[in-house]
Amino acid sequence: MMLSVRDLTVSIGPETAPIDIVSGVSFDIGKGEILGLVGESGCGKSMTSLAVMGLLPQPGPRIRGGRIDLVGADVTQLQPWQRVEAGHGRIAMIFQEPMTSLNPVRRIGDQIAEAVRVHDGVSGAAAQARAHELLDLVRIPDAALQLAAYPHQLSGGQRQRIMIAIALACRPQVLIADEPTTALDVTIQIQILGLLRDLCNRLDMSILFITHDMGVIAQLADRVAVMYGGRIVETADVGALFNEPRHHYTRGLMDCMPARNLGARRLPTIAGQAPRPGAIRTGCVFAPRCAAVQDLCLVAAPPRIVLSEGHEALCAFPLQGERPS
Amino acid sequence: MSETLLEVRDLKTSFNVKRSGRKYRLKAVDGVSLSLVSGEVLGIVGESGCGKTTVGRSIVRLVQPDSGAIQFRGGDVLGARGAALRDVRLNLRMVFQDPYASLNPRRSIGDSVAEAGDINGVFKSRADRAARIAETLSAVGLEPSFATRYPHELSGGQRQRAGIARAILPAPAVIIADEPVSALDVSVQAQVLNLMMDLRERLGLSMLFISHDIGVIGQISDRVAVMYMGRVVELSDARTILDRAMHPYTRALMAAVPKPDPSQRIVGVVETGEPPSQFNRPTGCAYAARCPLASERCLAEAPLLRPIGPDNRLVACHNL
Amino acid sequence: MNRDGIALWLTPFLARPIALAGLCVLLAMVIAAAFAPWLAPYDPYAIDPVSRLMPPDAVHWFGTDQFGRDTLSRAIYSARMALLIGAGVVFFALITGIPVGVLSALFPRLGHVLMRIVDVLMAFPSLLLALGLIVILGPSVANSILAIGAGFMTTTTRIIYGLALRLRAETYVEASRSMGSGTWWLVTRHILPNLISPLLVQASFVFAFAQLGAASLDFLGLGAPPDIPSWGNMLAESRTFITRAPWLLFFPGMLIVLTAFSLNLVGDALRDRLDPRFRDVFGGEG
Repeated sequence: MMLSVRDLTVSIGPETAPIDIVSGVSFDIGKGEILGLVGESGCGKSMTSLAVMGLLPQPGPRIRGGRIDLVGADVTQLQPWQRVEAGHGRIAMIFQEPMTSLNPVRRIGDQIAEAVRVHDGVSGAAAQARAHELLDLVRIPDAALQLAAYPHQLSGGQRQRIMIAIALACRPQVLIADEPTTALDVTIQIQILGLLRDLCNRLDMSILFITHDMGVIAQLADRVAVMYGGRIVETADVGALFNEPRHHYTRGLMDCMPARNLGARRLPTIAGQAPRPGAIRTGCVFAPRCAAVQDLCLVAAPPRIVLSEGHEALCAFPLQGERPS
Repeated sequence: MSETLLEVRDLKTSFNVKRSGRKYRLKAVDGVSLSLVSGEVLGIVGESGCGKTTVGRSIVRLVQPDSGAIQFRGGDVLGARGAALRDVRLNLRMVFQDPYASLNPRRSIGDSVAEAGDINGVFKSRADRAARIAETLSAVGLEPSFATRYPHELSGGQRQRAGIARAILPAPAVIIADEPVSALDVSVQAQVLNLMMDLRERLGLSMLFISHDIGVIGQISDRVAVMYMGRVVELSDARTILDRAMHPYTRALMAAVPKPDPSQRIVGVVETGEPPSQFNRPTGCAYAARCPLASERCLAEAPLLRPIGPDNRLVACHNL
Repeated sequence: MNRDGIALWLTPFLARPIALAGLCVLLAMVIAAAFAPWLAPYDPYAIDPVSRLMPPDAVHWFGTDQFGRDTLSRAIYSARMALLIGAGVVFFALITGIPVGVLSALFPRLGHVLMRIVDVLMAFPSLLLALGLIVILGPSVANSILAIGAGFMTTTTRIIYGLALRLRAETYVEASRSMGSGTWWLVTRHILPNLISPLLVQASFVFAFAQLGAASLDFLGLGAPPDIPSWGNMLAESRTFITRAPWLLFFPGMLIVLTAFSLNLVGDALRDRLDPRFRDVFGGEG
């Protein structure tokens, strides 16, 4: 396993009365695999990725339990500076808004070269050459010209490619991508998704891809973890998940996508809204919105049921493998 | 479905932009003509910078177009004064994208919802005002007690319901909805879309629905206009466009929407190019550089919208 | 404002004891000014030639000055002048800054002209500006408010201009404009209510620096008439006795420093309250 997370719990609030914003999250990513972590805003998906990256905002959320193994090394309890060391060459991250991650007054080439210098220990012409190579890798045309450009001279799609190039400078084995295409137009988004798939194949890199968009998941992920209210409610291979969603939330999320219901007079919905962290302490977090809720769901925490090899759902009464419309 | 409610003719809007110390004239909308018949939902779809939002903002007079005409029930919108202007203000109403930014954090929901009525002196008395607020809040699925709450007490979906309530009080003829569900989570997005479809039927509203999301547009619209770089490139019935898009850009746009079906996945690199810089528009068709059909004529001459095929469809392309 | 609202405003003070101390000093000053006749042990104007330049003791806690007047009593009465000057300057800065700043933001062409004038005024050091105005207008309490206020009007206007420009671009302002609202409606319903909180912060800083300005003018003999008790006047009168009676400078000097420092602390705490990054920590709006 390139990245293995076990029972990760991230909390905010006082030590005596912690509020879990991520609770008991477990997943594995194998070599060359893309794991899609999907959920709506506030479900804890970004906090999970920041915890894995060692970038939880300080002061604030903290890891209260669980274990994170990164390419065979336990990094859970490391201090931030040790974390940088441990993560080096193992893990890198790209974010939603590439403009804020780039220094507006420095040339693209210098910013990539800096990342190269930190990792490879080379500078000058060698670093520029590697920067050129990285731009080719992320398929930016006229690499020589673009190295001399400033961030504002590039389009949003090109900036995201630059961010990917900088992330790749340290030859990571795991890439965390937190909604990297959400701010982009669809015709640009598909190109970035294609690029990530291509990089994953060519470099045998593992990707933790975080998104709210089920369509993007279907396009890119090999395996999927669906998050709701700080928990992973369903894990499956992408084919199994879309063919036979077993958790009611997964099913609801798929049903209410307009793309699946073109021309329908009304869209299916999930009633209510997502709970605030810590609002639901007993029973299933999804129970208040679940159409198939039973008395048991409100009082007892749902079991994690293994439905088939690699397909798990956190539900006492999972769906019986009906295909969504 | 007969009366033409709103008519936009050859709208051109541009902005002064300073970049790297030089002044540019950025053409946001470059000759758009649209019409909206009563009871209809016209969707405008396109990517960022295509000018779709500027069209909406021009109609509610938030930006002053360079040229072109906008008519509401045959009356001039852009030059309206006095009673005619009041009529325009009350009948053409906008729903904004970001439900967090579009409500004043220091005003109660009731005050925000009643704002158009207050400005234009619509309410007969305080009791009438309170009753209308309560009635409107109920219509969008909010408790009347929300009137005394403040925006920060509401969830994103509730705020957007309040935003819609503000637009439908008092009874407008046309709603211009600018990305009304883009900032919402998928599950909440479906609720708000359903609400808008209900309101359309119950109140007989006509709508100009602006979005970048072709799925959402296909869901709610009767007709769809596809915009690229300030121009309409294809205009037709929603079904016609969704099932058989003709313009190469529309086809690329439809193909780029990530399908929720793992059996039709991207397997590798996709290169479809990027739009040209808005500061450096090509003389011919703006899509020519990305277009698989592009010919020399496309580089020299911008195509005009013309009817193609039997489906009452307009397409701006030389090669169809 | 309801009880929750008050609690919300108090949280940043409770979370930071030094800011709470600042608030207490401020409160003490208000009480001193309001109840001076009851709190002051002696008449601040009463001359007692027998006990001139007495060092602090059990009878005169802060000692006496060259006329035998009780320094403590004069210091307490001075709080009135300090509050008057502070409030006056804040009032002047806001009454001029709000209309100029807001109108400049709403009408860009007018704004160009007005803001250039403000720029010119800002180019003068504020004390020099105040001195110049006093020379023209003549020294008096009202004129020192005017003179000091002129210096703060410029910074206040700049701040209001910046805030109003940002508010003007808010979506809810656009929404209101799309419904046909006029300038008056926009200003009273959307702009001013959203200016109140940041202006409260600005007001507390202006109040603090006005203390320093007033003390400077008084010290130079260009502020309040010398017979009126004020900390600056006390400093000015006693500077010749600095070696013989240092307490005469020590107490008013400390009070000026304490007041300005406390107001700065209060301003800082208020600013934190309004800074969105701190809101979650204190459980405020948003």
